[in-house]
Amino acid sequence: MPHEDLVDEARKPLMSRDFAGTPEGVREALGAMRRGLDGLEAGSEEAFSAELVVAEALNNVVEHALAGVGEPRFRLGLSHGGRGIYVEICDGGRPMPDGKPPLGAAPVVPAETEALPEGGFGWFLIRELARELTYERCGGENRLTFRLAICQGEVA
Amino acid sequence: MDLVSEERGGDLVVRVEEERIDAAIAVRFKDEMRVRLGGPHPRVILDLSRVDFLDSSGLGAVVAVLKEVGADQSFALAALTGNVEKVFRLTRMDTVFTIFPDVESAFGGVAHAS
Repeated sequence: MPHEDLVDEARKPLMSRDFAGTPEGVREALGAMRRGLDGLEAGSEEAFSAELVVAEALNNVVEHALAGVGEPRFRLGLSHGGRGIYVEICDGGRPMPDGKPPLGAAPVVPAETEALPEGGFGWFLIRELARELTYERCGGENRLTFRLAICQGEVA
Repeated sequence: MDLVSEERGGDLVVRVEEERIDAAIAVRFKDEMRVRLGGPHPRVILDLSRVDFLDSSGLGAVVAVLKEVGADQSFALAALTGNVEKVFRLTRMDTVFTIFPDVESAFGGVAHAS
């Protein structure tokens, strides 16, 4: 049995593409992701969790990093390793506030309906469902990477 | 944004005829639901049986709709698919809404309000 890290060195690229930095571009990217994962035999619940995390990460890029940017674009890359699906999202927009991704605290459920949160769920879901999340700012680009613990095992 | 409304026993059932409630349609969804809440119906039931994907923007829009409900009106969800149910559960918003397993149950009085 090879060491975990060695297994992961052999990552098979699944897709890497540019998309428009708009909600429609996010839909398109998620469609490309579903096709990229086709044939890896992810269960439907796993596939949904994976799509949800990537959707939340991309929505944040479009709504925050790329807001007001002319001709906004982002790149979504996926690869398959022994420990799951590795996701890389890059954009040329604004950096994260404080240079770090939000902690994504669990949503608080207040007693009063009027006080219910209508946002702030995104980073909580990302933190809940993604593993080994990293963020770096490099050469004017944001680069977010994380692992989804699905489709684990030997990479065909 | 495709919403189909049907009156039933004085109440209004609104079925979302979209596979996704996501960032691309969340605002439109909220606006169209606001119009439907403005009617005379004491109860509005949102049928989510056709919705296979809900992200946090969609969830935020459903929460926003709940907050628009009038004092003499109630709002409930029905027929959450597994994916949608998961988002409500993870964010604990399942504890905030009245959720019926299907539309029929909403009219038979069996809810699993948590």
